[in-house]
Amino acid sequence: MAAVEIDVKYVAHLARVTLTSEESQRLGAQLGNILGFIEKLNEVDVSQVEPTAHAVPLVNVTRPDEIRPSLPQGDALRNAPAKANGLFMVPKIVE
Amino acid sequence: MEYEVVIGIETHVQLKTQSKMWCGCANAFGAEPNTQVCPVCLGLPGVLPVANEEALRLTTLTGLLLNCTIARYAKFDRKNYFYPDAPKNYQITQYDKPSTFKGFLDFEFQGGIARVNITRAHLEEDVGKNFHFDRSSGVDFNRAGVPLLEIVSEPEITSADMAHEYLNALKEVLTYGGISDCDMEKGMVRCDVNVSVRPKGQTALGAKIEIKNMNSFSGARRALEYEIPRQIEVVSKGGKLSQETRRWNDEAGITETMRSKEQAHDYRYFPEPDLMPFAPDDDWIASVQRRVVELPLARKQRFMRDFDLPAADAQAFVWDVPLGNYFERAAQQTKSPKTVANWVINNLRARLTETQTTLENLKFPPESLVDLTGLIESGKISTKIAQDVFIEMFNSGEPPSAIVEKSGLSQVSDVDALGKFCDEAIASNPKSVGDYRAGKVAALNALKGQVMKLTKGKANPNLVGEILENKLKN
Amino acid sequence: MSTLNQLTISALSTRLNHREVSAREAMTSCLDRIHQVDGDVHAFLSIDEADALAQADAADHAIANGEGPQRPLLGVPIAIKDVLAVRNQPLGCASKILAGYRSPFDATVIEKIKAAGAIVFGRLNMDEFAMGSSTENSAFVTTRNPWDLSRIPGGSSGGSAAAVAADECFASLGSDTGGSIRQPAALCGCVGLKPTYGRVSRYGLVAFASSLDQIGPFTKDVHDSALLLNILSGLDPRDSTSVPEPVPDYTKALDGNIKGLKIGLPKEYMIGGLDPEVKSAVRTAVDQLQKLGAEVVEISLPHTDYAAATYYIIAPAEASANLARFDGIRYGTRVDASDPLELYSRTRGAGFGPEVKRRIILGTYVLSSGYYDAFYLRAQKVRTLIREDFLKAFKTVDAIVTPTTPTAAFKVGEKSDDPLQMYLSDIFTISCNLAGICGLSLPCGFTKDPQLPIGLQLLGKPFGEETILKLAHAYEQANPWHHQKPLLR
Ligand SMILES: [Mg+2]
Ligand SMILES: [Zn+2]
Repeated sequence: MAAVEIDVKYVAHLARVTLTSEESQRLGAQLGNILGFIEKLNEVDVSQVEPTAHAVPLVNVTRPDEIRPSLPQGDALRNAPAKANGLFMVPKIVE
Repeated sequence: MEYEVVIGIETHVQLKTQSKMWCGCANAFGAEPNTQVCPVCLGLPGVLPVANEEALRLTTLTGLLLNCTIARYAKFDRKNYFYPDAPKNYQITQYDKPSTFKGFLDFEFQGGIARVNITRAHLEEDVGKNFHFDRSSGVDFNRAGVPLLEIVSEPEITSADMAHEYLNALKEVLTYGGISDCDMEKGMVRCDVNVSVRPKGQTALGAKIEIKNMNSFSGARRALEYEIPRQIEVVSKGGKLSQETRRWNDEAGITETMRSKEQAHDYRYFPEPDLMPFAPDDDWIASVQRRVVELPLARKQRFMRDFDLPAADAQAFVWDVPLGNYFERAAQQTKSPKTVANWVINNLRARLTETQTTLENLKFPPESLVDLTGLIESGKISTKIAQDVFIEMFNSGEPPSAIVEKSGLSQVSDVDALGKFCDEAIASNPKSVGDYRAGKVAALNALKGQVMKLTKGKANPNLVGEILENKLKN
Repeated sequence: MSTLNQLTISALSTRLNHREVSAREAMTSCLDRIHQVDGDVHAFLSIDEADALAQADAADHAIANGEGPQRPLLGVPIAIKDVLAVRNQPLGCASKILAGYRSPFDATVIEKIKAAGAIVFGRLNMDEFAMGSSTENSAFVTTRNPWDLSRIPGGSSGGSAAAVAADECFASLGSDTGGSIRQPAALCGCVGLKPTYGRVSRYGLVAFASSLDQIGPFTKDVHDSALLLNILSGLDPRDSTSVPEPVPDYTKALDGNIKGLKIGLPKEYMIGGLDPEVKSAVRTAVDQLQKLGAEVVEISLPHTDYAAATYYIIAPAEASANLARFDGIRYGTRVDASDPLELYSRTRGAGFGPEVKRRIILGTYVLSSGYYDAFYLRAQKVRTLIREDFLKAFKTVDAIVTPTTPTAAFKVGEKSDDPLQMYLSDIFTISCNLAGICGLSLPCGFTKDPQLPIGLQLLGKPFGEETILKLAHAYEQANPWHHQKPLLR
């Protein structure tokens, strides 16, 4: 079971999760082990195999284009950590 | 050194559905913030999306209108990126199996027809809208989950003008097809433009610069008019451009570097497990096929060819489809469609506008217009009288011949009857008679006018001229 | 003589409909029991007792109106894993990140059991966001195994299993992504059913891995499991992955007649790490099924050994996207920052526990640029092979029998430092989710010292729940292990 090096900092940035340096280190080692274990999949010949995204194959599941009631504004915003004037408030977005 | 420009455009268009893409909230503009939202489009814990069938139909319809291949197997994927206006922090889109792909759009450009190939048109969802304040921003999710079509062109556009014409033509197709209202003011159409420059003759593409999220076509043109020389200048001075995302600053009239949404652009696409693939069968596609309409350019070309119309007239019937359809019904019954077209464009359209009437409420059928032009051509009424008949016909809906009959507007073409009026005019205008006989040909017009007056305008002016001439020669 | 709270749903229903007891008494018996033991067991995260009693009174009203016969759960208290949305109740997934969040809507399964008359009460503890096999990953408390309080109850639906085993409710709902119903049911000694993918709507279940998750019941016996499956099942227009397959009356399948049913015993499941007591209990159970008329054959599921690796790519990958919505903008806790990007990272850094972070990072990594084909796509292909193994096996057998877990309940803290070892405690249950088939765990005996329940897993074809329930019922009738109750001292 070979341990694999992963760039935890980069991945944590992609995932938007702040990690302490201690967490990063521990995670790096643990994930290395797990990825080492996962590498056993390389033993399997999958060259002729189609991927399975859904275990139960269905196609064409749709809904008719019909309007249904929305939530009242108060309910929509009820759980918001910060709200004002009917909006969900966030720190200023700089594009 | 000479440079050439390579431009590709991604256009995002909101689809004209009643409800949103994954939920039953209304797809409508202008409501109070966060009043057209539900657990699904707010991305609350535990919700699941269900695809709006009409959005899938409109996507296929777009594919058909843009000469695309319609996928028999399409699927949805998740595109992962964090942004406050994205309720799930992933966008459901179509990545490697889009609904339609490989098409083209033809449009008029520089006196000819240009073709831009379409890479793909795929279905995805819109995000919410951000409002910016001094120290904070606020998000309204009413727009989140509105079905959005992304139409990607091949990088084949070679100038700012061509980009502008491509966008206009695309918009025309989409409005025509009933796919989107394309209301720019309401943000229903936005585009991202990819532009790069390279020395003429070089095959490799230059660094791709993306100008993001423009919501007006003229803005896109101006952005390109700024960006292209900017890039050429950098490159010609030996500088290097690197791939980046820029924003068009409309007020300053410049493009500027943008802080990117996902700096790494590592979107981690993977198949959306909450949605099943879409595999339309022949019947389904045929049912969409029935909604295919004639495209603007084809219509214009057909009107010019079949009805011998000048480009301007044909264009008028492209812009105003119901008017064109009305004209077409009339034109099929006449030998002089151009005359009918004149009446439709100059009289009917003007009158409709003046009275704020729509064609649906028009009281007379296209046949009446054909009859009216027939009356003029046969000499039964003059063009001037025809104007009055038209007004009457517009107001009452009565057939023109009946109006002419009823009001005695018929042009007097009876030689004997006119002869008497001519005699009267000659008798009472000795001076004009003298002048004419002295060689002043124009004097005949005065006599003619007198006859027209006596006949209250009903006389056939050409015939009166002939009779007068004959009488004065004798 | 059992006390009221120890009854099965069907026994309670009979008494309710005969007016021998009231729904209020049934509810009160659960609340009393909770007051008595939950300080040790920690199955519940919260309970709105006033609301539970109000529901009970409403049920008594409905019973008085004669609604009992049409509403099979009328007056039956059922507790809910903290991963299912119940209108106006907290929905926390045992995570700090959802602190204070209340759901504005009911999950489809909640609507269904409410319509059937159930008293929906309590929030049951779990591994945070259903990630774990021991409930040690709850942000709040570790649930204890009612058979031995120093041991874990299994997970992630540990609270759901412990509450049923400790008779704190008549049944509970949980979710199963890689064994999260069957494994804790086995370790706590109750019946846990993971339906076929698509059998039960997932609408209102906070997603862990969307292509693997299913909701299912924890019950005291097999009959109750069938009864609940009748109510939970069916097509839901709000879940595109729910399947338009007719719903039979599953209780009708419980006729004890298993003659001629063919059971497959996969050789790949008799691995080295299998505890001898577990192995022998399962062997004995298989022999008994044979005596009851079933035919037993050895089968092979050749890709079994790859299931765990496949699972630990697919599940974290899907989770990394599913959990992206917990960002501190629309709900949940927020750690402020000067720009949104920072706000996300801090909120999520502080709000998620170590296991959730581990899986988010793992899932993000296997999807990231340059790794997708090597990990995610390959895992999806191996998933195809695993599914084909099962479909092939089911051409010759009606059900597959395995141990539910390699060992009985382990000690709290025993595996918490080694995530990989923890992941491997699910090796017998994971394949079922990858293949999308159905599976059930029921008690098949106990270890000697200490006395801990052992679970027997029955796996069925897609939509083959009737067959595994029939087999389980026949076995249970002959071997009423479920009549034994934990002492809870
Ligand atoms: Mg897009
Ligand atoms: Zn909605």
